[in-house]
Amino acid sequence: MSTTTEPARAGDPTAGGAGDTPPTRRQRQAAGIADAASGGIKVLLVKLLGLGIVDALAVFGIIILVGAGQWLVAAIVAAVAILVNWIYFSRRRLPAKYLTPGVIFLVVFQVFVLVYTGYIAFTNYGTGHNGSKEQAVSSLMASSLERVEDSPTYPVTVVDRGGELGLLVTDPEGDALVGTAEQPLEPVDAEFDGSKAVAADGWSTLSFADVLARTDEITELAVPYSDDPNDGAVRTPDGSSAYLYVSTLEYDEAAGTMTDLDTGTVYSDIGTGAFTSDDGEELLPGWQIVIGFDNFVRAVTDERLAGPLVYVTLWTFAFALISVASTFFLGLFLAIVFNDMRMRGRKFYRVLIILPYAIPSFLSALVWAGMMNESFGFINQVLFGGASIPWLTDPWLAKVSVLIVNLWLGFPYMFLVCMGALQSIPEELQEAATVDGARPWAVFRLIKLPLLLVSVAPLLIASFAFNFNNFNVIYMLTDGGPRDSNAPIPVGFTDILISMVYKVAFTGQTRDYGLASAYSILIFVIVAVISIIAFRRTKSLEELN
Amino acid sequence: MARKPVPGTQAGLVVGELDEYGRAVDDSTRAQSTLAPGPVRDLPKRPFNARRWFMATGWRHIVGVVMIAFSLFPIVFVVSSSLNPNGTLTGSNALFSKIGLDSYVRILTDPKVPFATWLGNTLMIAGITALLTVFLGAMAAYSFSRMRFTGRRVGLIGIVVVQMFPQLLAVVAIFLLMSAIGDLFPAIGLNTHIGLIMVYLGGALGVNTYLMYGFFNTIPVSIDEAAKLDGAGHARIFFTIVLRLVAPILAVVALLSFIASVNEFVVASVLLIDTEKQTLAVGLTKLVSNPRYADWSAFSAGAVIAALPVVALFLFLQKYIVGGLTAGAVK
Repeated sequence: MSTTTEPARAGDPTAGGAGDTPPTRRQRQAAGIADAASGGIKVLLVKLLGLGIVDALAVFGIIILVGAGQWLVAAIVAAVAILVNWIYFSRRRLPAKYLTPGVIFLVVFQVFVLVYTGYIAFTNYGTGHNGSKEQAVSSLMASSLERVEDSPTYPVTVVDRGGELGLLVTDPEGDALVGTAEQPLEPVDAEFDGSKAVAADGWSTLSFADVLARTDEITELAVPYSDDPNDGAVRTPDGSSAYLYVSTLEYDEAAGTMTDLDTGTVYSDIGTGAFTSDDGEELLPGWQIVIGFDNFVRAVTDERLAGPLVYVTLWTFAFALISVASTFFLGLFLAIVFNDMRMRGRKFYRVLIILPYAIPSFLSALVWAGMMNESFGFINQVLFGGASIPWLTDPWLAKVSVLIVNLWLGFPYMFLVCMGALQSIPEELQEAATVDGARPWAVFRLIKLPLLLVSVAPLLIASFAFNFNNFNVIYMLTDGGPRDSNAPIPVGFTDILISMVYKVAFTGQTRDYGLASAYSILIFVIVAVISIIAFRRTKSLEELN
Repeated sequence: MARKPVPGTQAGLVVGELDEYGRAVDDSTRAQSTLAPGPVRDLPKRPFNARRWFMATGWRHIVGVVMIAFSLFPIVFVVSSSLNPNGTLTGSNALFSKIGLDSYVRILTDPKVPFATWLGNTLMIAGITALLTVFLGAMAAYSFSRMRFTGRRVGLIGIVVVQMFPQLLAVVAIFLLMSAIGDLFPAIGLNTHIGLIMVYLGGALGVNTYLMYGFFNTIPVSIDEAAKLDGAGHARIFFTIVLRLVAPILAVVALLSFIASVNEFVVASVLLIDTEKQTLAVGLTKLVSNPRYADWSAFSAGAVIAALPVVALFLFLQKYIVGGLTAGAVK
């Protein structure tokens, strides 16, 4: 079979590449001259253009990052840009020239995100804990604004700067102030129409029609009165006059407490990432903090979470193992059946049988979901003559359905694999065994199967790893359902670990990124252990050279 | 199942077994024409014996027919219901009772379902990802295969290990990273195609380099050396000689990457928020999971349209790969 990709071939002297002894200085010079001579002006121009684009993008990125105060990221971008230039302008560093682009993507979007997942698993990141403490404070204050009774009326003009709305306010003393949702009111030079400021430098005044068009935005706009959030904000219900609103919450920065002025309840920061009153009531949104192993502890000790985690993990293993076994044995069986020279039309059968492999699996799963529909589906209505078998809604039958569909999706691959493996077994072995009087079954069991397993075993492990995270078939077919109504997270009886991660993080009323990442880490550990065992046993890493 | 090329060996097998496939056809023709040894030669001389025929090959045909029924019945069902002019799920159960292209018109023109946009997005995202994946992977494989440098073995082990951990494990972190990027650079952050393609490219080296590396090793170094003697530099050798010789594996990797991107749901559903930006996998899944959407025929039509390019590519490249380009490169 795939001798083409056998790692052992790498050590083959014919594939030995540029030799094992480092080239001498003269050789390197010669290679450099040859390179320069072969490149030509066009290649040089392409290279310069490419690097120019990369550098321009890097400079642009650094400017924006510095503007946003992201010094560390800006420094990293600068360092990478310098490194890239150094690599491509250097005469040497040949391997780096070929590896750098891929490695950059690999590091950012595969390695870094896995590490970052590890970090999130130790935080309370999720709905209600999305930002920093300052953001939580201002959002709490903004959400509890109430108009101050008997407060003065401020004439106001709605202005715009680069798409950002602002309010140009004339205070009772006749001074003009301008501010936005982000920036508190500050004095500005303005043109007055009578006693009302109507235009300010650097801002464009909205016409009446514009005000009407953006009414929703304008009525939502709350411009902080000053840097102190307790001073309240200015809002306008109509775009022409504004009133002072203050929050019913009072923030005491020194003490780190929020006080509800209506009820007098004091909410204090007790280190849980939200202002909490003495009787345990939390003000949300809170903010994001590192909470150590809490997510992991919660996942295994909270009874309502631990139950689902156990059955989901067991089902994940069962699903992956049974899927691999069923597809492999069906594929092997078919390979044996069709591996007979005397049979006519083998090619015809083969093309039709591997068709499921060529169709995108998400489509197949969606179609199967339709066919397995309890009341209207093809299987119940036609094949079972109007029965109402709960293919996808019964906890156990849904598991069987998932396995059937995954068998349908997966057996063509195993069929192709086994076909290739069988045909690569030398005919002489079978002939010799037959001459020695072995019966066909013995030939298969004692000679062909062991040889076949040697070449197919790594693929079975890979297939297991793939099915362990086979999100699509689960999500498209049953959506993990039927839903487990006892669990506080949206988990169902056919969910595997990866679909549980997805649902905890991105579906339902609350998104719990911290818990989802903790589950991800769990998958990571399981996959790592399995890979270590697999690599140990198959010694495939030792063969790399 | 194992549709995504998990470790290199797996998809490598696709090449291998397709080669075998090609050779198998040769074998069978040879067996009938030239060799015809032993029991095969005797067969035509005897009078036809149904029992004998059944024991030898007949039962194999029965298995074949049963398996074809199993393989094809969902496909027949979806094609039939896509041709049903105005069918609900129930209405689609009578296979080929009505024939018409109305559902195709409906799915392509329904203003509430931007199917054509989804199809375009999918083909563009998967196409660009496949091209760049092939390019990045081939460059890395070339350096691993042809050059000897410090950290080479570590690098090879690294890509084999990394491919055990698919990106969807880190989907939460990817989402948060892309929203952070999107705050500063809206053009490449959350809800952009470029952002999604960048994320997919993160998996380019992990999944495919090892597979290509194995294939690169089968191209004799003597070809490189001959070119070097003729004065070609490394870039020229790579782009004009090696890449052409490894074209079959490039085709395989491109196909696998394309299929993987078309199928990818998790990351795409998280990153692409606007309906018009979504891919087929995201759009169609959300469409059918909406209980109020009852137009099963239109969905089936969409599924047929969506599956066609992938199936076509699969069948087309299958032949192309079997052709084999390396034969005769060194004479």
